Amino acid sequence: MRELLTLAGDLQSRFQEHVRDYTLAHDQLTVTVAKTDFQQFALALRDEYQYETLMDIAGVDYLQYGVAEWQTEDASGEGFSRAVEPATAGHFTFSDAPAQATDMEERFAVIYQLLSIENNDRLTLKLFCENNDFPVVPSVTSIWSSADWYERECFDLFGIAFDGHPDLRRILTDYGFVGHPFRKDFPLSGHVEMKYDEEQKRVVYQPVSIEPRVLVPRVIRKDHRYQEDQAAEEQASDA
Amino acid sequence: MPEIKNYTLNFGPQHPAAHGVLRLVLEMDGEVIERADPHIGLLHRGTEKLAESKPYNQSIGYMDRLDYVSMMCNEHGYVLAIEKLLGIEAPERAQYIRVMFDEITRILNHLMWIGAHGLDVGAMAMFLYAFREREDLMDAYEAVSGARLHATYYRPGGVYRDLPDSMPKYEVTRWREKSEVKRLNTVREGSLLDFLQDFTERFPKCVDEYETLLTDNRIWKQRTVDIGIVSPERAMQMGFTGPMLRGSGVEWDLRRKQPYEVYDQLDFKIPVGTNGDSYDRYLVRVEEMRQSNHIISQCIQWLKDNPGPVMLEDYKIAPPPRMNMKADMESLIHHFKLFTEGFCLPEGEVYTAIEHPKGEFGCLLISDGANKPYRLKIRAPGFAHLSGLNEMVKGHMLSDVVAVIGTQDIVFGEIDR
Repeated sequence: MRELLTLAGDLQSRFQEHVRDYTLAHDQLTVTVAKTDFQQFALALRDEYQYETLMDIAGVDYLQYGVAEWQTEDASGEGFSRAVEPATAGHFTFSDAPAQATDMEERFAVIYQLLSIENNDRLTLKLFCENNDFPVVPSVTSIWSSADWYERECFDLFGIAFDGHPDLRRILTDYGFVGHPFRKDFPLSGHVEMKYDEEQKRVVYQPVSIEPRVLVPRVIRKDHRYQEDQAAEEQASDA
Repeated sequence: MPEIKNYTLNFGPQHPAAHGVLRLVLEMDGEVIERADPHIGLLHRGTEKLAESKPYNQSIGYMDRLDYVSMMCNEHGYVLAIEKLLGIEAPERAQYIRVMFDEITRILNHLMWIGAHGLDVGAMAMFLYAFREREDLMDAYEAVSGARLHATYYRPGGVYRDLPDSMPKYEVTRWREKSEVKRLNTVREGSLLDFLQDFTERFPKCVDEYETLLTDNRIWKQRTVDIGIVSPERAMQMGFTGPMLRGSGVEWDLRRKQPYEVYDQLDFKIPVGTNGDSYDRYLVRVEEMRQSNHIISQCIQWLKDNPGPVMLEDYKIAPPPRMNMKADMESLIHHFKLFTEGFCLPEGEVYTAIEHPKGEFGCLLISDGANKPYRLKIRAPGFAHLSGLNEMVKGHMLSDVVAVIGTQDIVFGEIDR
């Protein structure tokens, strides 16, 4: 196993224009990379750093990152604090869905998990998409064959296009599906439901009849125990 | 002579050899496959999106339903991701229990695979033999969790409860006579560990039986030898893991190379193949069953000697004992908070991987500090394997497609998620 910090430093000094940032947390090295010449960088990782296997590609939509679904009114003379419904992804109906965040700098990211069987270590690459309306990243299918289906999946679920992919079709959703279901502004229930129509004698699509709802609201609680841990970890990594 | 053109053949999604809901569009030249285009997603339930809408513990049950023939291993991957982000570790006894049930699950999975693979290529009897032993192991599942398939037994911080002191027993019914019930119940008189110990003593002979049926069987060898050969380089390129990679001769097993839980304290061997064909993968999986059996017997011994807690005593993550709730206000509050809101994870991203019976089962967990995952990405081994199907069947006959699907050990629950 290679020393991850040395590897990170090595990568950063050698690929200054590619490596934007890196973090080492939970024994895992995550390198944030730039889009320019990403394929060259990936090729170097495969051939010179022995990352011969691409384990996984995951899309992430950061639209609602750090947004809680639990809001309270302050206590007043009339009573205690009460929970109120905020307008987050889980709650909206189809008519009042939240507007697309245009002020967000980088909404979509693609996360690559690389494995080096020869050296027995892993590397996580994180690539942010520049354009929020039409996210595009370079395809790595020519470098790792396994990227083929992973990129198709990522395109299907998040609408991230992979430039240079030979066959970028939908993979998991239905034939003729509209939208990208894993985006945070896509409701959990979907937009359409399917039923058998007795009169037309065939299966038809219709708008969903269930109301959007949240069973357990999303709550963000900053636990001081973890913050202390994180602070200690940061100090250690600085040192 | 008339010119023969390539034609397209549709295979599935409703086909007994499609292992569920696989649709293959095959481009054929006579009976030879030119190109195979698998259409997947017919079992897509959006597990990852569902997990984003629920507190962490409520999604454990979804993990069982991913690869529905190796339930507890899926749970293990998910639970480990949570534990890694929380920075906690289960008590040693819980780790041994998890390892033992991981290996039970591996045997369950491989038995299902050997039965289905046999059925695919015409060995009908294999299925009946495999299901005989599966029954015993599912009884072990039932004894420990109450469910035969979807256990939801692993929890962040340990396992749901300690191993039971007694096994459920058969009862006399209209279809089962007293003498039959007595025979079935003789091994179920003691605790679960006694039952499993008896199983580990019996099981090697059962594997011998399977091997008698298949290993030197002429038809079996004709259907599997030199079918779907994958070179080690291509296997790594295509993201193959588990027996699919080891069958090609790459000695890679996460239990040994990146050990989790107590695997580094256990003795087992990693079988590898030489040719990378379906027959080698068969031999690898059969040997894995023997090794799993060996691991289980080591775990039984340890668990018998070392009683102890099976759950972390951190009431911010694991609920306090039920008796405490009756008298202790703080326990009641902890219980209420855990079951209404759940626990929050610190902000961060982790990727954990375990050696699932089919290969590397990975969980990428992104938390923004909430009580629900911000994003959960499941890396299912079968997904990468099926994407390599085209390359594996190219140039083979139509009937070999079925043999390759069998050797890949495809389960749609995990591929479609």
